[in-house]
Amino acid sequence: MNKYEELILRKNEIMLKSVGINFDKYETGKLSFDYEGLMRDIGYSFQEIREIQTEVGVGNTPLLELKNITNLARKVSKTGKAARIFVKDESCNPSGSFKDRRASVSVYDAMKKGYKGVAAATSGNYGAAVASQANIRGLKCIIANECYDSKKVGQPEIIEKGRKCEGYGSEVVRLTVGPELFYTYLKMLEDTGYYNASLYSSYGVAGVETLGYEIAEQCREKLGKDPTAVVITHAGGGNVTGTARGLIKAGTTDTKVIGASVDLSGLHMASDIDFNKKSFTTGHTGFGIPFMTNPDRSDVPRSAARPLKYMDRYVTISQGEVFWMTEILAQLEGLERGPAGNTSLASAFAIAQEYDDDEIIVVQETEYTGAGKHLLPQLNFAKENGIEIYIGDPKEQVPGKNIVLPSHPSLVSVTDMSMEDLRNSYLRNAFKKLKENKVEQVDVNFLSEETKMSKEEIMEILKKNNIEIG
Amino acid sequence: MIKKGTWVEIEEIVLTTEDRAKNIPEETKKTPLKCWIRGNCLSDCKIGDEVEVETNVGRISKGKVVDVEPGYYHSFGKYVGEIGYIGKQAREIISK
Repeated sequence: MNKYEELILRKNEIMLKSVGINFDKYETGKLSFDYEGLMRDIGYSFQEIREIQTEVGVGNTPLLELKNITNLARKVSKTGKAARIFVKDESCNPSGSFKDRRASVSVYDAMKKGYKGVAAATSGNYGAAVASQANIRGLKCIIANECYDSKKVGQPEIIEKGRKCEGYGSEVVRLTVGPELFYTYLKMLEDTGYYNASLYSSYGVAGVETLGYEIAEQCREKLGKDPTAVVITHAGGGNVTGTARGLIKAGTTDTKVIGASVDLSGLHMASDIDFNKKSFTTGHTGFGIPFMTNPDRSDVPRSAARPLKYMDRYVTISQGEVFWMTEILAQLEGLERGPAGNTSLASAFAIAQEYDDDEIIVVQETEYTGAGKHLLPQLNFAKENGIEIYIGDPKEQVPGKNIVLPSHPSLVSVTDMSMEDLRNSYLRNAFKKLKENKVEQVDVNFLSEETKMSKEEIMEILKKNNIEIG
Repeated sequence: MIKKGTWVEIEEIVLTTEDRAKNIPEETKKTPLKCWIRGNCLSDCKIGDEVEVETNVGRISKGKVVDVEPGYYHSFGKYVGEIGYIGKQAREIISK
């Protein structure tokens, strides 16, 4: 057993101390756990979470109608129709993204429980959110960042995020590529006794529920009805899960939850070579698919992010199309946002064309733009890494080889991922965790909820896999 | 000579190639997992020395000094000609 494996064995013990959740008590059957119990036990009601967030200037962001982009969608739509596109301008949160919602509850909880500091393992906006919230609540903060390849060349976007965390006075631990970021992180938690503000904890996900709730509220107030669809940039699953739960809490029944990720197929997320061949460090399929089909792969034993349970549809879009949309948003709507957060907007542009003019499609986030975090530095960096950039048909894109900017808005499209394949893949991953070929009735119910498949379907699949229901 | 108290960046090898996780790509496994931490050095030192630093949160960390007063040099970069058409084309389409 090497150093890495030794520490990983003590994962649950370290987690218990660092987040105060005894995950063992939620385990029910062979595979199942009491998800709603985990969510309930955070000990803050939805109303209290709204108050926690209001107190620190998080949430209540504007819902903006993108009239010019809607107009463009109608001009290029095959039917001439397109739904009205709205965006929830989450960049208005204190640190510039919806991640403040996620950080706010964890950091508040850390303060309440008397921790001296908080920590998070993230290369994204979440680091800045935790750092910012920690300052407001008077706590110290450490952020562990997967930042460089082995030659110490860093993604401009991640370098900017590290700068922002240091700008808030946090300690930033910058690492080379690899999943052992988690090793360093666990060691740090153990050394400092800080609170683990995990992206995947129930606190984090509960913090996003207000986003879905506000969307429903604002649509009803402004437009007198619920949106037909909410499009959500999907990576680790917390954004989809929290938003969908919020929509449900607001009482929406027909609103479709659509996840969207940048297609990075063929690039390995832990590869030292591929690391700098991609132009998106989040919101992509490299996180989106594994976290959907195996959600409990995060830095907590049981993830509160269960994207498959909440998603009605999952689409992918190319890097070039998202960059194109980032430029369109600035040029037509006067909003410099993203780029990564615009994955859902680029997708919504295509999806809106499937709907009627009087329908509403909501893009549920934007993020701040800055040096390193903009399409110019990302495209320049891509060129430096030998990626070809040209104007043409985005369908020709090959992640890691080229970036194709759509030569005409009518070429912007999404690719639907088969939900059935994703569900089957989830089940395959779940079955791998079984010690013997046997589950309990509670597992059947759990798997049915997790996959949105009927119990009958689950039982049939279990039978096919020679798994007994005891 | 770097004076005690100066803001520096240190490098540490967290996991050697033997200690890395098993399920990672070969090209990554061939390289050690490295980590860089910034803080005020606790003694006089020079580039390449092993030194202790105190970080922003007051944590003490030890490693090899690789940078003095590390800055932020990321930017928006050069003009990218390929995106010049995007706004113009879209404006033209919606004005019709």
